[in-house]
Amino acid sequence: MIAGAARGGRGAEDAPSVVFLFLRRMRAPLIVLVASYAVAMLGLTLMPGVDAEGRPWRMDFFHAFYFFSYTATTIGFGELPHPFSDAQRLWVSFAIYLTVIAWVYAIGKIIALFQDPAFQRVLAAAQFARRVRALAEPYYIVCGYGETGGLLVDALDRDGVRTVVVDIDPGRINELDLADLQSAVPGLTADASLPQSLLLAGVRRGRCAGVVAVTNSDTANLAIAIATKVLNPRVPVVARCESREVAANMASFGTDYIIDPFERFGSYLGVAVSAPSLYLLREWLTAVPGSPLAEPIEPPKGTWVLAGFGRFGRAVADSLARHGNRVSVIEVDPEGAGRPQAVRGSGTEAHTLEAAGIRSAVGLVAGTPDDVNNLSVVITARELNPKLFVVMRKNRIANGILVERIAPDIVMQPSRIVARTAFGILTAPLLHRFFALARGRDEDWANELAARIAAVATDVVPDSWSVSVDRQGAGAACEWARAGALRIEHLLGDPADRTNRLALIPLLLARADEEILLPPDPTAVRPGDRVLFCGSRETARRQSYLVHNANMMQYVVTGEIPSSAVWRWLRRRAATPAGGAAPRGTS
Amino acid sequence: MNLEKVVFGFFIILAMTLNFGFFIGDLTDPAQHDVNELFAAIVVNLIASVLKLGDRTQVGAIHLAASLVADLQLVAAAILWAVAVHGTGAGLTPTTTASIVSLAGGAFLANVVSVVLLIIETAMLRR
Repeated sequence: MIAGAARGGRGAEDAPSVVFLFLRRMRAPLIVLVASYAVAMLGLTLMPGVDAEGRPWRMDFFHAFYFFSYTATTIGFGELPHPFSDAQRLWVSFAIYLTVIAWVYAIGKIIALFQDPAFQRVLAAAQFARRVRALAEPYYIVCGYGETGGLLVDALDRDGVRTVVVDIDPGRINELDLADLQSAVPGLTADASLPQSLLLAGVRRGRCAGVVAVTNSDTANLAIAIATKVLNPRVPVVARCESREVAANMASFGTDYIIDPFERFGSYLGVAVSAPSLYLLREWLTAVPGSPLAEPIEPPKGTWVLAGFGRFGRAVADSLARHGNRVSVIEVDPEGAGRPQAVRGSGTEAHTLEAAGIRSAVGLVAGTPDDVNNLSVVITARELNPKLFVVMRKNRIANGILVERIAPDIVMQPSRIVARTAFGILTAPLLHRFFALARGRDEDWANELAARIAAVATDVVPDSWSVSVDRQGAGAACEWARAGALRIEHLLGDPADRTNRLALIPLLLARADEEILLPPDPTAVRPGDRVLFCGSRETARRQSYLVHNANMMQYVVTGEIPSSAVWRWLRRRAATPAGGAAPRGTS
Repeated sequence: MNLEKVVFGFFIILAMTLNFGFFIGDLTDPAQHDVNELFAAIVVNLIASVLKLGDRTQVGAIHLAASLVADLQLVAAAILWAVAVHGTGAGLTPTTTASIVSLAGGAFLANVVSVVLLIIETAMLRR
């Protein structure tokens, strides 16, 4: 019972102790070593010998220990301190084999222990836990380092966000070590759905900013979400999920964000067909900043042919139908898929495509889970109707080269959608809210905003970032917000010249009780508000400089160039009226 | 009965008794303290220490600590003996003998702690 209490007292976050495991495994070799030395030494002290003058002499323990220290380790110096008698030699020739074998056995055991997979796992876990503890910045735990996890970790790393990876496949963790990342990402080979793995990854640490469950398996993601919510309810969970039942289960215990790649793409495509500008807006604001701005696409309205009616096909068909399109489905097993009126077939043969009305269709969705089939469907369909608008599902990144050659109008890649969505949620949670609100607006509104963004973005994807008006996020601006004098326009002021404005757009102002979409200039900003902006990286830097620098902020809000108390006193003494025409820029 | 427990108890108690055997006698008289017994005490103490390795319980930790103390004192006594007899050549003077035997006495106390712990642990294991 004492043992139980003592074990329970150890923190579960600690990795199993390597030292103790090592010692426990070394018990037998150490005992063999001690015993063989004892027998050899004792025997040698008992053997009769003669010294240099021919008097009877017996070796003492000190010399016996010395002798076996150099013979057992196969170093060998000779017979010390006096040449041995035959009796001593007889014993030594037995004892040397005994002690050498004991050493070989002990060393062999040590080497075998270090090569033992179980021991190496413990070593790796201990090292992983140490690296997680050493992380000095907030970090996200990414469970699953497949295509999705890889894209996400890469994107977060490029954004300077720290991550910790847990994956069940040791090969993927090796890939992580080889990946070209700016900062070191600790990786653990373990089943992330086991709570122990999450604890090792530091889910209960104060610096853990969130858990992302993007393993291949819905049930594993569900287990990760539950474990996280139980172990540390404060931490937000983003989980990938492809089945509706599991998604409902996840939502029931408060998983913060559930990403269903098929559902999400279905709704994107629906938006793209019904509201191209809104779709474009989303493309621009969620793409990797700095990459070229995507061209506007205009999916046609009319009859769409859909090959493959799985989870993806169903989501797309629902969404297309909701926006007033006719959908004609080709499916291998129409009854099993729950769409008996569908054309039976895989869509790779011309006659099934004909039967589905490909010649009169405006668009094609190749949505089977097999990339080769999808390629075949697209090539065959284009031969029958070259004007088709083609949406293609790409399942594996490795097939990207083939898909690029085919050049479909839209490529849907589940892993990329999940990674991009998770990235947006983690780095810009306000953006998520922005799109939720924007969905309620009309095309003209989206069109106008897209034009404004295009103006500030100068042909590359703009950055979007949020400013928290508090002591940490924007210290200088927060002072003015407390005084009740801060307005949106002040956050857009150019610190070099307040009559200029920084080329950025305030997208959303969020506070506890309200959300203001595209807040106009005179909107008052209160302490604790969060404002989402978009613009170039350069303007982001200038704005960050502004909101943290009290002098700049004072200049932008009041127009006064701040100065020291002595200077102000001198100026009052001199009473020159030229105060307003003070030099620009820093003081 | 468990063979592992028998072996464990055997070595711990043997370590104590051998240690006691070396320790008992006139403090300054080298004739009453046999070096063979010191050797045996060291060997048995080392084996007892190794047997205690790797136990992560609280009692196991104290066991190991007591054993390490005994090892340290006995090895110190052996080194002192080797230095006196072979190093300086002064031989076992009453002063040196007293130092060696009192070191062994300290080790004996540590061994007593080990045995007491063993008895407490056994007494608490109700079956």
